[in-house]
Amino acid sequence: MTGRTEVLRRIRLALSNSAGSEPGPGENGGSTAGAARADSYRLHGDVTGAALLDLLASRLTDYRALVRRATAATLADEISAALARRGVRTVVVPPGLNVPLPTFAAVTVDDGQSAADLDAFDVVVTAAAVAIAETGTIVLDGAPDQGRRAISLVPDYHLCIVTSGQVVHLVPEAIQRLADSAGRPLTWISGPSATSDIELERVEGVHGPRTLEVILVT
Amino acid sequence: MSTFLGLPTAPAGVGHLRQTEPFPRAARRALADTQLRRNLGKATGHIRAKRAAVVAELPDWEELRAAGQAIKARTMAHLDLYLDQLEAAVQARGGTVHWARDATEANAIVTRLVHHAGADEVVKVKSLATDEIGLNDALAAAGIAAYETDLAELIVQLGHDRPSHILVPAIHRNRAEIRDIFVREMGDVDPALTDDPAALAEAARRHLRRKFLSATVGISGANFAIAETGTLCVVESEGNGRMCLTLPETLITVMGIEKVIPTWADLSVFLQLLPRSSTGERMNPYTSMWTGVTPGDGPQAVHLVLLDNGRTAALADPVGREALHCIRCSACLNVCPVYERTGGHAYGSVYPGPIGAVLSPQLTGVEDNASLPYASSLCGACYEACPVKIDIPSLLVHLRARHVEERRRLVPSAEAVTMAAASWVMASPGRFAAAQATGRAGRLLSRRGAISRLPPPLAAWTGARDAPVPPAQTFRQWWASREKGNGA
Repeated sequence: MTGRTEVLRRIRLALSNSAGSEPGPGENGGSTAGAARADSYRLHGDVTGAALLDLLASRLTDYRALVRRATAATLADEISAALARRGVRTVVVPPGLNVPLPTFAAVTVDDGQSAADLDAFDVVVTAAAVAIAETGTIVLDGAPDQGRRAISLVPDYHLCIVTSGQVVHLVPEAIQRLADSAGRPLTWISGPSATSDIELERVEGVHGPRTLEVILVT
Repeated sequence: MSTFLGLPTAPAGVGHLRQTEPFPRAARRALADTQLRRNLGKATGHIRAKRAAVVAELPDWEELRAAGQAIKARTMAHLDLYLDQLEAAVQARGGTVHWARDATEANAIVTRLVHHAGADEVVKVKSLATDEIGLNDALAAAGIAAYETDLAELIVQLGHDRPSHILVPAIHRNRAEIRDIFVREMGDVDPALTDDPAALAEAARRHLRRKFLSATVGISGANFAIAETGTLCVVESEGNGRMCLTLPETLITVMGIEKVIPTWADLSVFLQLLPRSSTGERMNPYTSMWTGVTPGDGPQAVHLVLLDNGRTAALADPVGREALHCIRCSACLNVCPVYERTGGHAYGSVYPGPIGAVLSPQLTGVEDNASLPYASSLCGACYEACPVKIDIPSLLVHLRARHVEERRRLVPSAEAVTMAAASWVMASPGRFAAAQATGRAGRLLSRRGAISRLPPPLAAWTGARDAPVPPAQTFRQWWASREKGNGA
């Protein structure tokens, strides 16, 4: 008997002891979150506009991310200032990124560099898919302006450009927006790499990028 | 209460799940370690305050808990269907699914996959499932070196130690002890390393960087697996998880069968409940999700090992089954007055604390972890803290009843014998007076107003508490002398 057959047999035998009162897959509209809606947790936020961006900025800052604000007109200056401030010389970007980068930095478009090659870049610049204000979270979904996961992981400094239309208030709103991306690799980022493993005190800076900087564009 | 007897449907789990000695004996040794108690008191106190603050921020926390509970109950009731659905979705995206009846089979599957990938070393994301099955030992026996990359797991591995907490396996170590372990074991560390946590994190980063960049096989657990989409999800903080999940060519994920959740939308609930309950953060720094193989991005060989190892035995108990709802946040450990004083090692299993006391005995069969359901004062703090509302105190009582029922069929307990004897003594005034006179002899055993050790068979009572010293005279003697003194 294969492991699969045996484990499934055990499960069915175990469940045969109890009456199946719980709705199964496909029932109640097929969504367990829907079935649990009787419990009415918040699905839609109530913070919008400038207050939403302010909330995102404050939550990002609270977890030690750096935040800059820009408009379409000032984006180039903000990117340039951010990179200059950290002495950046080499930049790696995903193939579909369309933002103005300063001429003082050598820009490489990712074409499948090795992890060791990526380790040599000073910064990675990406866009984002969604940002969640309540938790200070940025989600990358591997779209061409965000690239494969390795490029936003190995360089020690991640500069992420978020536009105001990408910002939602609550986690359930982000999950809803990402439903079409569910099959793609997703990375949820809330502040720079951190650990609480020594006496449960939070320390920033372990294996992921030790600097996370976000430019919010309105 | 329905009483569930025996394990009719599935064999018990094997691996690092069993006590080698009863909890009271292990706890007594832990309680004598003042350094351990200081480390635990400081760490759990800190995390309790952080958790309380971020939970209070959410106006719908109780609704989220109820939703989490409902989703888990529904999942368990149709576990076979959801696993079937998960398997099909993972395979449709180019992943391979394996099924393991127990720890031994899971270890054999992983070992074979690593050999097949041509690797003699692997990098690991912190995973309780792989701790449970003793994967590192099995790989070592096959000539494969497993490198733990989570900071706390690294501390445990370098210290030749055992994990003592679900979230922070090295919670029993303070910064000075960790610094000493690093200097002694890392080999490539500056002896001038301080015990500043930031410096220790930096040392771990340097130590593991080369491993991450060159590893060809990564091994992980999973926090959630979505049946509807085939998506696996790992929640972490340091970025070691992203490294292991992204850079190697082969990724092997070992996951308990109870970790499946039905739909993508269900993540809305769990990604709010878990980080706030676990590290006391609004969101953990990194969450990775992947669905089978993505060409050009991450590992191109993706495996999922679905592990039973006693879980179907727990599922067969309609009451005890609730322990399988656990999302491994560790909030119940951090609020538990027993855990705070004894630490995790006293529980003997990789699942310590209140949830371990109800989960481990069900995975192994109650007789193999018989003292764990009693390792609690039933204060209820764990139930209040649990993000999926597992009623741990009721489960503890349920498992105590199961244990008693199983024992009753074998031998009469010391308690039953004592009660029968007491009944005989109390049935006659003469026998009662004689017994009281004998009891006063107990004063000879007392020190500082209490008796801390009674002779057998009463020793079990004083094993965990003091007995009061019998008074110098009984009430009936005092009453008789008072009547004489009053001349009434």
